[in-house]
Amino acid sequence: MTDLTRSTAAQLAARIADGTVSAVEVTQAHLARIDAVDEKVHAFLHVDREGALAQAGAVDEKRARGEKLGPLAGVPLALKDIFTTEGVPTTVGSRILDGWVPPYDATVTRRLKEAGIVILGKTNMDEFAMGSSTENSAFGPTGNPWDLTRIPGGSGGGSAASLASYQAPLAIGTDTGGSIRQPAAVTGTVGVKPTYGGVSRYGMVAFSSSLDQGGPCARTILDAALLHEVIAGHDPLDSTSIDAPVPPVVEAARNGSVAGLRVGVLREFRGEGYQAGVLQRFEESVDLLRELGAEVVELSCPSFDSALAAYYLIAPSECSSNLARFDAMRYGLRMGDDGTRSAEEVTSLTREAGFGPEVKRRIMLGTYALSSGYYDAYYGSAQKARTLVTRDFERAFAQVDVVVAPTTPTTAFPIGERADDPMAMYRADLCTIPVNLAGNTALSLPCGLAPEDGLPVGLQIIAPALADDRLYRVGAAVEAAFEARWGHPILEEAPAL
Amino acid sequence: MPGITREEVAHLARLARLELTDEELDHFAGQLDDIIGAVARVADVATEDVPPTSHPLPLTNVMRPDEVRPGLTARQALSGAPAQEQQRFKVPQILGEE
Repeated sequence: MTDLTRSTAAQLAARIADGTVSAVEVTQAHLARIDAVDEKVHAFLHVDREGALAQAGAVDEKRARGEKLGPLAGVPLALKDIFTTEGVPTTVGSRILDGWVPPYDATVTRRLKEAGIVILGKTNMDEFAMGSSTENSAFGPTGNPWDLTRIPGGSGGGSAASLASYQAPLAIGTDTGGSIRQPAAVTGTVGVKPTYGGVSRYGMVAFSSSLDQGGPCARTILDAALLHEVIAGHDPLDSTSIDAPVPPVVEAARNGSVAGLRVGVLREFRGEGYQAGVLQRFEESVDLLRELGAEVVELSCPSFDSALAAYYLIAPSECSSNLARFDAMRYGLRMGDDGTRSAEEVTSLTREAGFGPEVKRRIMLGTYALSSGYYDAYYGSAQKARTLVTRDFERAFAQVDVVVAPTTPTTAFPIGERADDPMAMYRADLCTIPVNLAGNTALSLPCGLAPEDGLPVGLQIIAPALADDRLYRVGAAVEAAFEARWGHPILEEAPAL
Repeated sequence: MPGITREEVAHLARLARLELTDEELDHFAGQLDDIIGAVARVADVATEDVPPTSHPLPLTNVMRPDEVRPGLTARQALSGAPAQEQQRFKVPQILGEE
């Protein structure tokens, strides 16, 4: 392995800017790494070799002309296959979009390109981002680089696995109920769910519009912050995009500190369903925060007990509506159009052939929850539970600056273990969902390996809406303290592929 | 709250335009019954005095200037069409034969 693929994004950008390495060399090194290991990992659905080398070449030319480069210019990135990319296939992990080549770029895609970031390809994901294991991809599962027989989390398992296997130093994910944070936790990487509305959803295929949020994935807090700054900010093409300045995330990541910080620990995130080793690493993280000068306050958010149930009504309801657009008429798959069938029959046959089991389950669940007679009892009640979750967070943040929690109840489970047990799969999102319901912001970073299985555990840091910089300030301090204790980043303990 | 029957699942599938097989109906009916049983608990906390939240941001009627901007060309818009004719999306019949 060359050291280029082991470098952080910040290091690569600095070397490209000072000319000690070219962007093309950096891209070639990562493409070679993909060739060497992705047959085993299956992080990518599509590698855009020519496009990546062309983007890298453009950065090198720009530098040769003496033009100023952006802070991540020339650094390669793995893009979740939920963002449209002009001229490059976008499948959302679904047969229904197999072969579709979008005619336009998502805002996130456009901002990455404008920043000179090199898009290596599109990463695997649970179909339409519905899942917690990447097993729901129509194109086969992704392996966790720590143990290829285990899940890399989901839905953004491909993005997280690409980072953990050194195929890319940066990635983009989307987080509707934990799809950035949970994969980060189980792969020993960093993932951030920005404040709802902080990153444009234009060109990001919709799953649950009031919850979906794109965000950065990386191996270090600083790299995540640098990427956050590139993709965040108001976008007139997304009416739910926040028209406010991007919080100073990079400055925060460069100045990690928790001195004088009030940190909340929730009673709700422990007990039944939590792995002992996960709770042990979490308690050690809380001790570390105390040692670093934070004041730890025990809190309770009783409504979180109904957050999972509320989420699995709200998200399916919104998805059943959003996915109605896949009707086989304007783009994507069309089945059974033999001249004898009606448009409606063709639509039904296409959706049957094009959607996988989890997507069908959620569409039917949402259709049920929204149907007359059940609307108040299910969708209406879930919306009220959402209010209670938001209020509990408001009460918590009146007392503390950030809340910390385990990111996931367990470490990575074996591929196949929960594949046909939807409720067991849904519980993987237990600790991440409340943040999406309230629309605030959270980050996951590695806090050690569980003693019983040697697999990574994630520490989740949660902040109020628009206080994304707080996550990075705390995350940078915790990361530095842990790495000083371990003597190296946790990923160096992952077995060689 | 009542559970969900196989007949109800078949009805939902029709509403959602999913041409499910018999095996799928059998499989999904049990799973959806389990899921609905587990999520029905939200009704316990949803008391009269709690207002619903539909969205995390208090936004209404976000407008942009009504200006002509470049958009997709017909060729781009039709680039993913399963079938097309005369610069239009070609679709199966939508009305029954007379």
